Amino acid sequence: MDKPAQDNRAAGGSFSAGAAWTTDAAPGGAPALAVRDLRKVYATGTEALKGVSLEMPPGDFFALLGPNGAGKTTVIGIVTGIVDKSGGSVSVFGDDIDRHPQAARRHIGVVPQELNFNIFEKVIDIVVTQGGYYGIPRKIAYPRAEEILEQLGLHDKRNDKSMTLSGGMKRRLMIARALIHRPRLLILDEPTAGVDVELRRGMWDFLRRLTAQGTSILLTTHYLEEAEQLCRHVAIINRGQIVAAGTVRDILAQLHAETVVLDLAPGAAERAASLLPAFRAAVADPSTLELEIASGHSLGEAIVALETAGIGVRMARGKAGRLEEVFMKLTAEGEK
Amino acid sequence: MNPAEIAVSYYTILRKDMVRILRIWPQTFLPSVVTSALYFLIFGAFLGSRIGAFGDIPYVSFVVPGLIMLAVVTNSFANVATVMFSAKFFSRNIDEILVSPTPPWVIVAGFVSSGVVRGVLVGILVYLTSLFFAAVSFHNVLVVIVFLILTSVALSLGGLVNGIYAKSFDGISIIPTFVLAPLVYLGGVFYSVEVLPEFWRGLTHVNPLFYIIDGFRYGFLGSSDVSPWLSFAVLLGLVAVLGAFAIHLIRTGLGLRQ
Repeated sequence: MDKPAQDNRAAGGSFSAGAAWTTDAAPGGAPALAVRDLRKVYATGTEALKGVSLEMPPGDFFALLGPNGAGKTTVIGIVTGIVDKSGGSVSVFGDDIDRHPQAARRHIGVVPQELNFNIFEKVIDIVVTQGGYYGIPRKIAYPRAEEILEQLGLHDKRNDKSMTLSGGMKRRLMIARALIHRPRLLILDEPTAGVDVELRRGMWDFLRRLTAQGTSILLTTHYLEEAEQLCRHVAIINRGQIVAAGTVRDILAQLHAETVVLDLAPGAAERAASLLPAFRAAVADPSTLELEIASGHSLGEAIVALETAGIGVRMARGKAGRLEEVFMKLTAEGEK
Repeated sequence: MNPAEIAVSYYTILRKDMVRILRIWPQTFLPSVVTSALYFLIFGAFLGSRIGAFGDIPYVSFVVPGLIMLAVVTNSFANVATVMFSAKFFSRNIDEILVSPTPPWVIVAGFVSSGVVRGVLVGILVYLTSLFFAAVSFHNVLVVIVFLILTSVALSLGGLVNGIYAKSFDGISIIPTFVLAPLVYLGGVFYSVEVLPEFWRGLTHVNPLFYIIDGFRYGFLGSSDVSPWLSFAVLLGLVAVLGAFAIHLIRTGLGLRQ
């Protein structure tokens, strides 16, 4: 017997115009997601997970990063009940997926990597029908679906067949479908894959609003900038094992050095590099220099040296994609 | 899920497929009506007088229950097998249900109910078609209704199991073509088992669809080759075994989860 669901937002709850919804995910309660020693061996013999453990606090925005085939989607598949685990345990807000599967599933909204709705159905029907699977009557689900579609910019398309939507719209439809039962934990498996920059930024804003209102979000992504911009905690998975986990700041601290980009006068980069042997300077182009500033050195020190030599620094900025550097470093170590 | 939520979830699964079935009615209802009309025309107007009668029952009236069952069996089975296979094979939208808290038995009940609705509606349409060609009367309407519904349940469950196991389109066409069709046609749709040689008569008695057709025919004609209670027991046994197996498959995720 499954225990009765404690969180009954699926059938009720408030939904304010122009915003998402309130949540009762109390900080300091059971973890939004607790994964312990998760193992998966597929029927083919492939060992996809070799003892993955991670914990996600309530209200967190958490990124699971890893190269293709690392095991990200397998983790999500097990958490959401699509993939059977070979060992370990998973609980969602304290509800074990084996002992209380119904309660655990009620907490979760999932946006899979592949489009998996019926392309012949209307947009609104896909969302309302999903609500029905969670026991939400149509008279409640219908206005709720309209509200979510409005927020995701799909209201105008609500009566269109889903096959007529663009790629970005289909992604947003999957998010709308996942939110119809007001989950406490939203899981997104590469949600912005194939989405253009403008739409991606809009999606980021939407997800930020969700977390601000208390929804916990677990995200897998190939866009490391996405994790760096959005997430508080990050775990890097490679070959079925977690190779690093912590806050984004903790992970970035593993770099031990920060890369700064200097914009100089045209043609000055080569000479500037020769003046800064302690900084592992790299010439990006004749007027751009990349400096790696390790501990014991400072950016000011470099700028003073250049100004003294008559080379003016027009602009200094941090190099984007710092997380990518850590990611590449850690996954490359795993290959060795 | 509480009972009200379970009711909503069940209704959602059923409604989704009913919308589909009604939208494509030329594919779901019309073929059986046309095929049955042809059978009634051939075995009634064209060949009926040459074949003769079964006792005092004209041949065309004798085959009506069998042809209704033929339509019910094939439609119930094909509906659920196709829907389940499509949901798991194309776009994986079966995951929409699998990630939800809907209990396995409700998933089975929802899919099977849509097969039953289609099977029963097709059965009624074939019956109405038969009225243009034959004099059809009921000996016991309750028996007809019980056999109609339980047969549709059993074959829908069979279709569900087939759809779950199928790994390609061949998987959902092989069973209906090479297993179900021979069992139905050799189960006494067109004849009484009494006219068969002893070997074939004995073989027919291990065919579960023979009992289904025979019991259903009893509801119309008031006569049968075996006791209607035996037929009823066989039908109930089929429903119980296939129902338990289907729930087991959904619960364990065999053929559905990785």
